[in-house]
Amino acid sequence: MASPLERKIKITGPVVVTANRVADGAVIYRDADGGWTTRLDAAAVATNAASARALIAEANADDLRAVGPYIAPVELTASGGRRPGNLRELIRLSGPTIDLPVSFGI
Amino acid sequence: MYIYDSIDRTLVAERVAEFRDQVARRLSGELTEDEFKPLRLMNGVYLQLHAYMLRIANPYGTLSSEQLRRLAHVARHYDRGYGHFTTRQNIQFHWIKLEQLPDAMADLADAGMHGMQTSGNNVRNITTDQWAGVAPDEIEDPRIWAEIIRQHVTLHPEFSFMPRKFKICVGTASHDRAALRIHDLALRLHRNAAGEAGFEVMVGGGLGRTPYLAQTIRPFLKKRDLLSYVEAVLRTYNQFGRRDNIWKARIKILVHDLGAAAFAKDVEAEWQSIKDGPLALDAATVAEIASRFVYPDYEALEDGPPALAAARRADSRFDRWVNNAVANHKKPGYAIVTLSLKPEGGTPGDCTAVQMDAIADLADRYSFSEIRIGHEQNLALPHVAQRDLPAVWRALDALGLATPNIGLVSDIISCPGLDYCSLANARSIPIAQEITRRFHDLDRQRELGRLHINISGCINACGHHHVGHIGILGVEKNGEEFYQITLGGKADDNAELGTLIGPAVPYAKVADVVEDIADTYVALRTGPDELFIDTLARTGIEPFRERVYAAR
Ligand code: HEM
Ligand code: SF4
Repeated sequence: MASPLERKIKITGPVVVTANRVADGAVIYRDADGGWTTRLDAAAVATNAASARALIAEANADDLRAVGPYIAPVELTASGGRRPGNLRELIRLSGPTIDLPVSFGI
Repeated sequence: MYIYDSIDRTLVAERVAEFRDQVARRLSGELTEDEFKPLRLMNGVYLQLHAYMLRIANPYGTLSSEQLRRLAHVARHYDRGYGHFTTRQNIQFHWIKLEQLPDAMADLADAGMHGMQTSGNNVRNITTDQWAGVAPDEIEDPRIWAEIIRQHVTLHPEFSFMPRKFKICVGTASHDRAALRIHDLALRLHRNAAGEAGFEVMVGGGLGRTPYLAQTIRPFLKKRDLLSYVEAVLRTYNQFGRRDNIWKARIKILVHDLGAAAFAKDVEAEWQSIKDGPLALDAATVAEIASRFVYPDYEALEDGPPALAAARRADSRFDRWVNNAVANHKKPGYAIVTLSLKPEGGTPGDCTAVQMDAIADLADRYSFSEIRIGHEQNLALPHVAQRDLPAVWRALDALGLATPNIGLVSDIISCPGLDYCSLANARSIPIAQEITRRFHDLDRQRELGRLHINISGCINACGHHHVGHIGILGVEKNGEEFYQITLGGKADDNAELGTLIGPAVPYAKVADVVEDIADTYVALRTGPDELFIDTLARTGIEPFRERVYAAR
């Protein structure tokens, strides 16, 4: 039976499923082979609610590898690549928008 | 310095071993995230946008040089070479890996540090004045009282599952440097008309979605009654605080709903039944705890050594720094030195491993191996001989820790915001950085005088925006970052919450707005001696609002 969360899924554009990797917290995306990737370009993209639901259901079942999976918007570029759909996802993918404090030596 | 006893050490070591086992079981799949999450949170491990985060409590903002070196080691070996000091006198590491956390924790435990009770619905790290034990205006060392409370509440079964987290702050000086009134429970030691020292008890402060300042429920409490009274407050909250709604669970809501007088009545009734029991403090217990705070073996020195005066005459940069970052010490011939973690364009509160090691060395050489963390996200060397100030300054200057901006417009308090935090609506750090660049002229900053800017990336208010002279709160509108501006907040002896001046402004306009506000102040003030906050109190926010919104 679908959980209430899964039943509510409505999407307005292309989405991916993202989470944090259990071992180190790194940002990961569900790929089409039932695994996870750190590359947004390699993520499985869902464009309708049914495929999004399937992706998130698989992801939720993979508790050993991924923490807190959720559906996140992406934009598809003309060249077939992907861009994060909002600032939060952009920061998750590319890191903080500020320089890390290296000026006094690391 | 505080000397931990063997009970603390054993407890911390056991906790690390337990956590190592829990992490192994999580990594092997034996524990699900739902099972593991409460266990990691109990040890201060959060999950942020890019990584796990480890929060470490530094009781009373006091660190030994050995501890700071250990933090540097953790930053270097398990993180990306830096740590972030927070408004709760804690430090956070933002890039730590779960697989390595048990080792990092074991290294910290060797130096008596841990992340227990930095999360969860228990009594959090008790905060105090960062100048505890050295401030000339204190009645006695607040850490003694904070420690008495800490020992009682740490892992206390009754107070480990309260309706919500509970933050206690203790102050004993005539100036409030610890933001007492924004805490769930604040205890302020003062003298009554008869000259006897006792505590003013304030409850129900807190920021977040529903900000309140703590209200006084007892103007004077004898010292012997401190622990029993704290117990009565905690029990009353535990019994009546709301558990059905996380947004209404803090004690501030209970105190507000009941009214402070009615809440006080409940506390007093509870207290009557326990005040003469085992929690009454006898002099021997207090003396025993006090004896664990070891004070340096100060030299007999005199204030104002001639070499210092000569150095100040010889170098105007040094002189400016002394005026800004050096404060009076209890002991003649000594000084308290504040280290600015707010360089122009930097991230407020960040400190690199290289800096930490160097500060630890300076502390060994010039400050009896002690360092303090203040809630403004700066550090301090608490016992520097005045004759050593030139040497300390040269070293700090070379490390980028001597920006003479303490208390000025670029000494910004900021939470990590959307660059790190999974709860954020908007970024905080780049806003702070842009403001420091706009005001990069230190003469202009000095002319503006005391002006506190506090920034939070969401309504949780980790950056204390409600009590900034200028408060900046990140919100989200249709996927864009916007910022609400409040004016007139204060976290000192006359604490107040700021007033919202109007509609939120977009990311790119925030620094302009701050400049407009600063210019309006300069135009309106009666003279350079009238502080921003006093001009604002005299004129109200209207002229500021007009200026900010007229332009846009
Ligand atoms: C990045 C991870 C962080 C998370 C997930 C987090 C989460 C929260 C939450 C949920 C609250 C609201 C609690 C409530 O109202 O019941 C809160 C409050 C607070 N946080 Fe954080 N925080 C984080 C970082 C920080 C940092 C870096 C600081 C210091 C700069 C900080 C200082 C505070 C303070 C002082 C409050 C108190 C507000 C109050 O007492 O109502 N937090 N935090
Ligand atoms: S105020 Fe919000 S954005 Fe900032 S650290 Fe706290 S929870 Fe995160």
